[in-house]
Amino acid sequence: MSDLTIVSSSPHAHSGTSVQRIMLDVIVAMLPALAAAIYFFGWDAVRLVSACVLACVAAEAVARKWMGRDLGVYDLSAVITGMLLAFNLPPSLPTWMAVVGSVFAIVIAKQLFGGIGYNPFNPALAGRVMLLISFPVFMTSWSQWVIPAPIGIDAVTTATPLGLVKTAVLSGGALPFTFNSSTALQLFLGNQNGCIGEVSAAALLLGGLYLLWRRCISWHIPGAYLGTVAIFSGILWLLNPEQNLSPLFHVLAGGLMLGALFMATDMVTSPVTKRGMLVFGAGCGVLTMLIRKWGGYPEGVSFAIILMNAITPLINRATRPRVFGGVKSGKKTS
Amino acid sequence: MTPILATSLTIGGAGLACSGLLALAARFLSVEEDPRVEEVTNILPGANCGGCGFAGCANYAEAIIVDNAAINLCAPGGADVLKSLADMLGQTAQAAEHKVAIVLCNGDTANAPRKFEYNGVADCHAAHAIGGGDKLCSYGCLGYASCARVCPVGAIEMTGGIAKVHPDLCISCTACVKACPRQLIKMVPSARTIHVLCSSKDKGPAVKKACKVGCIGCTLCTKQVDDEQIKMEGFLAVVDYAKPLDSDAPIEKCPTHCIVRT
Amino acid sequence: MGATIATFRSPGGIHPAYHKDLAAEQAIREMPLPSALIVSMSQHLGKPAIPTVKKGDSVLRGQVIGSPAGFISAAVHAPTSGTVKLVAATPTASGPRADAITIDPDGEDTWIDGITPCPDWRQLEKADIVNRIAAGGISGMGGAGFPTHVKVSPPPETLIDTLILNGAECEPYLTADYRLMLEHAAQIWEGALIIARALDAHTIRVAIEDNKPAAIAAMQAAIPAEAGDAAVVALKTEYPQGAEKQQIFAVTGRTVPAGGLPLSVGVVVENVGTTLAVWDAVVNGRPLTERVTTVTGGSIVQPANVRARLGTTYADLVAFCGGTTGPVAKIISGGPMMGFAQADTSVATTKTTSGLLLLGPDAVHAYESQPCVSCGRCVGVCPMNLMPNELSQFLEAEDYEAAEAYNVMDCMECGCCAFECPAHRPLVQHMRRGKAQVMLNRRKQ
Ligand code: SF4
Ligand code: SF4
Ligand code: SF4
Repeated sequence: MSDLTIVSSSPHAHSGTSVQRIMLDVIVAMLPALAAAIYFFGWDAVRLVSACVLACVAAEAVARKWMGRDLGVYDLSAVITGMLLAFNLPPSLPTWMAVVGSVFAIVIAKQLFGGIGYNPFNPALAGRVMLLISFPVFMTSWSQWVIPAPIGIDAVTTATPLGLVKTAVLSGGALPFTFNSSTALQLFLGNQNGCIGEVSAAALLLGGLYLLWRRCISWHIPGAYLGTVAIFSGILWLLNPEQNLSPLFHVLAGGLMLGALFMATDMVTSPVTKRGMLVFGAGCGVLTMLIRKWGGYPEGVSFAIILMNAITPLINRATRPRVFGGVKSGKKTS
Repeated sequence: MTPILATSLTIGGAGLACSGLLALAARFLSVEEDPRVEEVTNILPGANCGGCGFAGCANYAEAIIVDNAAINLCAPGGADVLKSLADMLGQTAQAAEHKVAIVLCNGDTANAPRKFEYNGVADCHAAHAIGGGDKLCSYGCLGYASCARVCPVGAIEMTGGIAKVHPDLCISCTACVKACPRQLIKMVPSARTIHVLCSSKDKGPAVKKACKVGCIGCTLCTKQVDDEQIKMEGFLAVVDYAKPLDSDAPIEKCPTHCIVRT
Repeated sequence: MGATIATFRSPGGIHPAYHKDLAAEQAIREMPLPSALIVSMSQHLGKPAIPTVKKGDSVLRGQVIGSPAGFISAAVHAPTSGTVKLVAATPTASGPRADAITIDPDGEDTWIDGITPCPDWRQLEKADIVNRIAAGGISGMGGAGFPTHVKVSPPPETLIDTLILNGAECEPYLTADYRLMLEHAAQIWEGALIIARALDAHTIRVAIEDNKPAAIAAMQAAIPAEAGDAAVVALKTEYPQGAEKQQIFAVTGRTVPAGGLPLSVGVVVENVGTTLAVWDAVVNGRPLTERVTTVTGGSIVQPANVRARLGTTYADLVAFCGGTTGPVAKIISGGPMMGFAQADTSVATTKTTSGLLLLGPDAVHAYESQPCVSCGRCVGVCPMNLMPNELSQFLEAEDYEAAEAYNVMDCMECGCCAFECPAHRPLVQHMRRGKAQVMLNRRKQ
C-alpha cells in the first residue's frame, strides 16, 4: 500500500464478517455430524467425504480457471458443497459416483450459472438429485441395520425407517414398527439407516444451534420447515394413527434435520426477506410431507428444497418489504 | 375424454383465442405509416448507436421522412448508406465531415499522480463523486473505463490508467462522450492529427503540481500559429478544429509536451 | 423520576462498535484562534451562500460574509475579526468545490456592533424568534444541515405538537453532543423552549440512546419547571436511532410517510447542538461562529471534544489534539457510518462538522466487492425496509428504472446494509450513484 490515505464511500465501518467467515462457520457446524457419520459408518464416511470435498475443490479450481474467473478470493464454498453432498450419499456408494456427483454439482449446478451467488439451486442438492435419477439403485441401497429392539419386527434390515414405512403403506400392510420414546431417542442419536450425514439429529441440531448463535442462519427457515412438517404429519397422525407415524418420527427420520438446518438455509438459494424465509420453509415442509406420504420416493427433502429453490426469486418479489412509511404501512400511528 | 386431452384442448384453445385477438388488435390499432420509413430503416446499418442524435435507426428514419432531417448524419453507415439514401430520396449526397472521438487527457499513471487510494465501485461516475476523484488533477481521466464500457465497437482501450480511442475503429456514435463524467471526450475531424491533450482549467502552478504533461497556460503555442488555430480558453490552450493546422512548431515549443501529433 | 423508555421499534438497525470511550470523558476544550480560517460558503445542503466580502476587506466577528442564496439557505458569519486574504473555489469535505473565504485573524476577536442580547425572549413574537434564528445563520449541526429558521417556520396550516431534541448521537466515535448535554443542559433546555414557542409545540421530548446514562440524567435533572409536557426518552442503543424518521417513530410511534417530511406528522426534530446555537442566537444575539467537534480515532494522540471556530482546518484541529500517533490510513469528516473520507487535512470545519476521525491502517476496512450471496442481511438491517441486494444489482446493470421502482430514493445512506454485507459490496455507493442518476433522469423529463 502506498502512503496515500484511503478514500471510499461511507460507511467506513464494517461488521467484520465475510463470505469466507460464514463458510468457515458452516464447516465448523457440520463437524459434529461428520463425527457422527464416521462413528456410525466408519471408513465409508471418511472415503465419501474426502472424495466429495477433494473433487469439489478441484472442480471449482479447474472450472474457475477455465471460465477465466478470479482465483484470488477463495471462499470455501466448494468445501461445503463437497461435505453436504457426501452427507447426502448412502455409505456404500462407489467412490467414482461420488466424484461424478461432485463435479456435476460444482461445474453444472454452480459455475455454469456464474459461480457463487448466481446459482439458482443448492449445488450439493443438485448433485444428489442427479445421482438419484442416474443411479437409483446405488443411491437407495443401504447398509445392514440392526434395528434397535423396541422398534421392529425384523432384527436386521437394509432399509431406512422411512423406506420401511413406505413399503408397508404401499403394500397396504400395517406399520412396520411402533414408535415410542425409546425408539425416538435411538433415531435422535443417530442409530438409523440413511445417508451418512443425516442419521444423527442430535449432531445436526448441535451444529444448527452453532449457526444460529453465530447468526449465520436465522430461525425462520428451519423453524418454518420443521414446524410445517410437524403440523402436517401431526394432522395425518391424528386422523389415522394406524397408517401414519407421529410427528416426532417425521421430524427425526430421514434427511429432514440435515435439510432444514443446512440445505434449505443455504443463503444463495433461499429468500432474503424474513417473510420469504417463512414461506420458503413452510413450502419445503409441505412438499416434503406430500412426497413422503403420497410420492414415489420414501424421502422428499431434496426434491422439496430443490423445487422451492426454483421459486425463490418469486418469493423474494412477493414478499418485498414495504418501505418504512410507505402507503398502507402495517405500523399504526397513534 | 382423458384429462390430458382436455387440458391440452383448453390451453390450446385459449392460446388460439389470444393470438386471434392480438392479430385483430394489430390490424385495427396500428397507425398508418409511411412505407418509406421502413425502407430508410432498412438502408441504415441498424447499429442503433445514437450517433445521429436520435434514439435509434428507426427513429432517425422517421425523422428523415417526417421531419426532413439531414441524410448525412449516420456516421457508421459511411458513404454507401449516404449514397443509397440520396438515391432513394432524390437528394444530393453531401457527406458530413467524418469525426472521431478523442480523450483530451494524457495524464497516465506515470505523469499524473493520485491524491488518494480509491476503494470503491470501479466506475468513473462513482469515483468522481467520492472526494472529487482520486486523481490529483480534478479534470483528468480517472481511468475506470466508463467510456470503454459503453463503446459498442470496443474502440476505447485503457492504457496506463487512462482511456485512448482508436480513431480507425471509432464509428462516431458519441456514446463515450455522454458517458464521461469529466467531459473529457470530444468529437474531432478524423483528418486532424494535432491535439492539445489536456482539459485542465487550473492555473499553471496547480497544473504543474498535478500532472507532468498538463497545459500550464504559458501561451507559447498560440504564438506559433497565425490564425488562432490554437487559442487560450482561460488557462487552457484549445485547438480550433474549424481552422486548418499542420505545423510542428506548437508541438516543439510546448514545454510540457501536451500538444501531440497522433 | 427516571427517563421514559421508548416503546416503538423501527425496522432494521445494527450494533457497530462504538469507540465512544476515546473522547467521552474529555470535557469540551476551547481551541485558540488558528493562523487562518477558511470559511466555506457551502455550509449545508442546497445552494452555497454568496460571498459578500472581497480580498483585503477587514471583517469583525459575527459580520455577515456570505448571504443566503434562496429560501433554503442560511447566512454565513465571520468567525473572528481579521482580514480577508482570499476568496476562491475550494474543495469541501463532501468533495465538490465551493467558494470559501480565507480570513487572517487579527487576534482581537472583536465582535461586530449591534449584538443585542434578549434575555426575555418570552416577550418576543414568534416571527421575531424566527428572525433572530435566521440572523444567527443557524443550520442543523447534526446531519445534513437544514437551515433552522426554515424548519421552525412551518406553513401556517401545519400543526406541530411535538418538538424532539435529538441527542441520540448514534454515530460511533462521536461524543460532541454528549458533552454538550452534560455541560450545557440548562441552555439546551432553554433553547428547546424557544423553539417550542416558535412552533407552538406543547410537547418536548429529548431522545437519547440508553448507552449515555449520564446525559440522560443531566437532561432529566435540568427539565425546567415551565416546560409543561417535557420528558427525556431513553432509546435503545442501536444505529441509526438518530435518523429523523426512525427517531420520530421510536419516540411517538408516528410514521413519517415515505418521501414526506416530519412536519406531516406534527413533529420537528432538532439536534441538541443546533438547539444550543439557537439559545445563543436568541438569548445572547450571537450568530453561529463556532461549534464543538469530536476529534478522535486511534491515530489521534489526545482525542478531544474541541470548540473551534468555523473554518478551522482539519490540520489545525489535529495539531491542537497533539498530532497523530503514526501512519494515518483514513481521514473521515463526520462519523464512520455517514462521514466523508478525505484525501488530506486541508479542508476546514463547517456548521455540520460533528467529528473528525483519523484511523490507522489497522482500523481501516478496505474491501473488494464480491457477488451478492443473497444472505439477506442487508434486507434485514435496512431501517427503511429496502432491498439493497436487489438495488445494487439493478444499479450495477445501470437499470435505473428498476431501482426507482424498488424505492432507491428512500435510501438515507445510513450504511447499515454495507456494514453487514459479508460480500463487502459497496452498497451505499451504488445507492448514491443510483439516487443521483434517478434525480437527473427525473429532471430531464
Ligand atoms: S475518459 Fe472519462 S469515462 Fe473514460 S475512463 Fe477517462 S474519466 Fe472515465
Ligand atoms: S444505506 Fe439505504 S439501503 Fe442501506 S440500509 Fe441505509 S437506508 Fe437501507
Ligand atoms: S448483505 Fe450483501 S451479500 Fe447479503 S444479500 Fe445483501 S448485498 Fe447480498
